[in-house]
Amino acid sequence: MDYLISVATIAGIYIIMALSFYMPFMTGQISLGQAGFMAIGAYVSAICTVKWGIPYVPAVLLGGIFAGIVGLILGLPALRIKGIYLLLLTLGFGEIVRVVAINLKYTGAAEGFPGIPYQKYTLLYAYGMVLILIIFFSRLRRSRMGRAFQAVGSDEDAAEIIGVNIVSAKLLAFSVGAFMAGIGGGIFAHYQEYVEPLMFDIMHAIEFLIFTIFGGIQIFWGPIFGALALTFIPEFLRAIQEWRMELYGALLIVMMIIRPQGVIGLDTVRALDRLFRNALGKEWA
Amino acid sequence: MILEIRDVVKHFNGFCALSNVGMDVQEKKIHALIGPNGAGKTTLFNLISGMYHVTRGEIRFKGTRIDGVKPYLRTKLGIGRTFQIVRLFGFMTVLENVMLGSHCKTKAGLLKTFFRFSIGEPEEEKVTRENALKWLEFVGLPHQADDIASNLPHADQRLVEIARALALEPDLLLLDEPASGMNPHETEELNLLILKINQMGKTVFLVEHNMELVMGMSDVISVLNFGGKIAEGTPAEIQENPAVIEAYLGKR
Ligand SMILES: Nc1ncnc2c1ncn2[C@@H]1O[C@H](COP(=O)(O)OP(=O)(O)O)[C@@H](O)[C@H]1O
Ligand SMILES: [Mg+2]
Repeated sequence: MDYLISVATIAGIYIIMALSFYMPFMTGQISLGQAGFMAIGAYVSAICTVKWGIPYVPAVLLGGIFAGIVGLILGLPALRIKGIYLLLLTLGFGEIVRVVAINLKYTGAAEGFPGIPYQKYTLLYAYGMVLILIIFFSRLRRSRMGRAFQAVGSDEDAAEIIGVNIVSAKLLAFSVGAFMAGIGGGIFAHYQEYVEPLMFDIMHAIEFLIFTIFGGIQIFWGPIFGALALTFIPEFLRAIQEWRMELYGALLIVMMIIRPQGVIGLDTVRALDRLFRNALGKEWA
Repeated sequence: MILEIRDVVKHFNGFCALSNVGMDVQEKKIHALIGPNGAGKTTLFNLISGMYHVTRGEIRFKGTRIDGVKPYLRTKLGIGRTFQIVRLFGFMTVLENVMLGSHCKTKAGLLKTFFRFSIGEPEEEKVTRENALKWLEFVGLPHQADDIASNLPHADQRLVEIARALALEPDLLLLDEPASGMNPHETEELNLLILKINQMGKTVFLVEHNMELVMGMSDVISVLNFGGKIAEGTPAEIQENPAVIEAYLGKR
C-alpha cells in the first residue's frame, strides 16, 4: 500500500511537470528547461522552509513564483528563436541551473540539500494541484487566451496578422509553464526530504517531453495520461524498469508512425464526451 | 482616403519585388489590384498588414502612418485580411477560428479566465461567440461551426477566413485571391458576399485573377507588373489600356 501511494505521489508530481511542459508547448515552444525550473522551485521552497521557517504552502508557492520570474527572463531570448535553437537554449539553461546548484554552498552544493521537512500529505497536495491545473486548462480551452495560445502554436505569423500579440502570448505561456514546474519542484522537495542537483538533470526534462508527446499534444488530457501511464507501467513491470529510456525511444517511434497526435487526441475526447452525454442523457430522460 | 501607399519599395535580398508603388484606396469602395503572377500583389498586402517591413516609403491608414506598427496593432486599428493560401488554424473548430478574429477587440486575460467563481460562460466569451456565429451565418456557414476547420472543403475554408476577418469589424478588408479554387457557382456567391460587405460600409481591397469578377464589382482597379504600377482607373479604362493589354497578352 505504501509503495502504491509513493508511486501515485510521484505520478502526481510528474503530471504537474508534464503540464508545465505542455503550457509553453501550446504556443509552439518546446522547452527542455522544465527540470531546471523544477530545481529552482525545489531549492527556493526548501530554503524557505529550512532556512527561514516559512510554512509549506507559501514556501511552495514562492518557489513557483520565483521559477515563473526566471521563466519570464528566459522567455525573452526564447521569443527570438525557434526549433532546435530553442531546444538548445532551454537545455543550456537547465544545465546552468544544475551547475549553480552543484556549486552553491548555501544549499549543500553537490552533496545535496538535506533536512527538508517531510510533507506527509504530499499525495493530497500533488493531486490538489493537478485538480487546479485541470480546472485551469479546461477553462483555458474555452477562453480568449487559450484560443490565442493554440493559434500561436499552429501558425504564429497568421496569429499575429489576425490580431494576437504573439510576444506577450509566448512570454506568458513560457512563464506560467515555469511557474507550474516550480510548484512541482517544491512539492517534490518536501516529499523527498532531500534534494540534490542530479535529480534535475536533462534526462528528466526529456521525460516530461516524452509524457506529452506520448500522451497527446492536442489537449491537456494527453500529458496527464502520458505521465500516469509512463510512471505506473514501468513500476509494475520490473523487467521494463532497466530499459525504460530505450522503451521510451521505441514507443515514440511507433507513435510517430501510427498516431502522431499521441494516445489522447481531440477525437478521443469528443468520443468520450459523446458517450458520456448519451449515457447521462438516457439516465436523465 | 482610407489607405495611402506612397513610394513603397520592397527588396528581398537585393531582389526588387516592389519599386516606388503609390496607391490610394478610397473609403467604402471596392478597389481591385490585378497583375500577372509574381507582380508583387501579395507582397503589397503583406506590407499593409505588417507581415513584411517596407524597405522604403510610407503607408497610411486613416491618415496615420502604419508602416513600422506591429502587425497585431494594425489589425486592431481595423485592417482585416485573408490569405492567398488559406491559413486557418487547422485543428481548431470553425467557430474557434472565427472567434479568434475578434481577439484584439476583447480583453479577458489569463487571470480573469482562471479566477472566476461562476460555472457558466463569462459574458465576454458569450458575446464573442455570438458575434462569431453571426458572421458564420453571414458567409453562409451556420451549420459548420463545430467542424474542425481543416476538414471543410476548400471554398468553405476561404469563407471561414472571410468570417474571421469580419469578426474584427474591420474598416478595411484585404482579400488575396478570394475566388481561387472556387467553381463558378461558388464564385457567384462570393461576388454577392463581397458586394454585401461593401454595402455595410467596409472598404474592400482585393487581389483577384477572375476578370469577370473584378470588372463586375470594382470601383477602381490598379495594375501591377514586375513590381511597378502600370495603370489605374475604372474597369472600362483598364480594359482599354494598352499597357495592361500588353502586360497580360505579353505573358502568353
Ligand atoms: N518572402 C519572400 N522572399 C523572397 N522573395 C519573395 C518573397 N515574397 C515574395 N517574393 C518575390 O516577390 C515577387 C512578388 O511576389 P508576390 O507578391 O507573391 O506576387 P503576386 O502575389 O503578385 O503573384 C515574386 O518574384 C516573389 O518570388
Ligand atoms: Mg499573390
